[in-house]
Amino acid sequence: MGIASTTSMAGVILDALWQTLYMVFWSTLLSVLIGFIPAIILTLTAPDGLRPIRPVYEVLSFLINVFRSFPFIILLVLVIPFTRLVVGKAIGTTASIVPLTLSAIPFIARVLETALRETDPGVVEAAKSFGASNWQILWRVYIKESVPRIINGVVLLVISLVGYSAMAGTVGGGGIGDIAIRFGYQQYRTDYLVVCSIILIIFVQLIQMIGNHLYKRLS
Amino acid sequence: MIEIKNVRKSFQDLEVLKGISLAIEDREIYGIVGQSGAGKSTLLRCLNGLEPYDSGEITVDGALVNSRDKAALRQLQKRMGMIFQSFNLLERLDVYGNIALPMKFWGINTRSQESRDKVHELIRLVGLEDKVHAKPRELSGGQKQRVAIARALALDPPFLLCDEATSALDPEITKGILALLQKINREMGITIVVVTHQMEVVKQICSRVAFLYHGSVLAEGPPEEMFIKPAQKEIQSFLRDKSERLPKTGVNIQVFFVGESSKEPVITQMARELGKDFSICWAKLEDFRENVYGSLVLNVDEMDRETVCRFLTAKNVTWEVLE
Repeated sequence: MGIASTTSMAGVILDALWQTLYMVFWSTLLSVLIGFIPAIILTLTAPDGLRPIRPVYEVLSFLINVFRSFPFIILLVLVIPFTRLVVGKAIGTTASIVPLTLSAIPFIARVLETALRETDPGVVEAAKSFGASNWQILWRVYIKESVPRIINGVVLLVISLVGYSAMAGTVGGGGIGDIAIRFGYQQYRTDYLVVCSIILIIFVQLIQMIGNHLYKRLS
Repeated sequence: MIEIKNVRKSFQDLEVLKGISLAIEDREIYGIVGQSGAGKSTLLRCLNGLEPYDSGEITVDGALVNSRDKAALRQLQKRMGMIFQSFNLLERLDVYGNIALPMKFWGINTRSQESRDKVHELIRLVGLEDKVHAKPRELSGGQKQRVAIARALALDPPFLLCDEATSALDPEITKGILALLQKINREMGITIVVVTHQMEVVKQICSRVAFLYHGSVLAEGPPEEMFIKPAQKEIQSFLRDKSERLPKTGVNIQVFFVGESSKEPVITQMARELGKDFSICWAKLEDFRENVYGSLVLNVDEMDRETVCRFLTAKNVTWEVLE
């Protein structure tokens, strides 16, 4: 789906929009699925968790902080060998999902941990008092009670991934942000810049609206 | 029957339970009272294994409460429903879902007709037929506690543990909850253990009560005995309502009216027969379940002290001089 194949502005932007959606969708899905694992381990092993194990919590927490503090643009370059291993090539829309996902995992892990740990400790205690096992408490209390907060966290993730996906243009990821830079900025096409910005604003607003709606319905 | 023998527990350097021994009989409503920090909630949490204890022994119908033996502990927890001060309902489940939750923990199919009947029966018991599908945030405090009570009974436990269950409720709602607990005790034969710092709770429903003070049992017995004429300073100060307001001159004599004697006109007789003047400077009537107990404080002249005391003794009235 090269940009060269269509020359009209609408065609260019539609292609780019599709690329953005593609990158954001897959990196959100993968990072949430993977990020749940450290988030659950953190929740269980935290000092106030069901199985407090201090060293595990501290080490994992430290690792997440380290990965979160990596600037995305540097991560983008550093993971090129890994991307090549996974996708087979280091450049392109699909390839850019790898650095996007990797940078999103520590972020969403922390967000999910916060969401899970905000569960009312009294409710956890009540479940314990009825003889619930730790796994039952994790699923029926921690995760199910946190669904609205988890949705909020995922909305936060999607919106920041839209921003990061613009940077993914540097490894040939394409997308709306890439068009805004290459056409709008570098070729002085203000119309591209304006349309791209408007699309991103609408996109972010839409995600937030859907998120708020779901939060209300599910809480 | 629940037996607690010489149970001790410390948090770091602080010993919160200093060798507690109690026996709770079947089908009674047993109160554990004391000021906050006395260790009463910790004791209750040890009782159903939410908290391990350091030494001593707790047995429920002969079975040892041991938090290291998880499988045995689960079985015991199934037999002890528990309710809490903050209700602790799941916000995202409706009334029905909350009540059915313990069944899910025990792998009971909650969609079977039998389970549904059971949940609806519990909802009827606590009087929330019109709130079956309401979420906790749509309910008042009293209604939430009713849901919690129904939930605690979902596994047919012979014991119900109440941790400050009415402390977050206003007096009128508290009465309703206490009446419900009494009904559960009488009609279902469930043994209830109540931890509270509220005198009204003890007076209204408890048949026996233990007074905890700094991790020890200071006194144990029927509430009317313990609280009408408390021997221990600590209990007096727990009940604190008079001393600071009593006159500093003359002699203050507290007179107790228990049961039948509360209906005799002793005070007016005394005024007539002795021809002495005195003032009534404090009085109180208390309901202990079905009975009324009263006490009042008379302030008499120092020189009338003996005559008055002799008269009261002759009338078979319980009294004491407040120093």
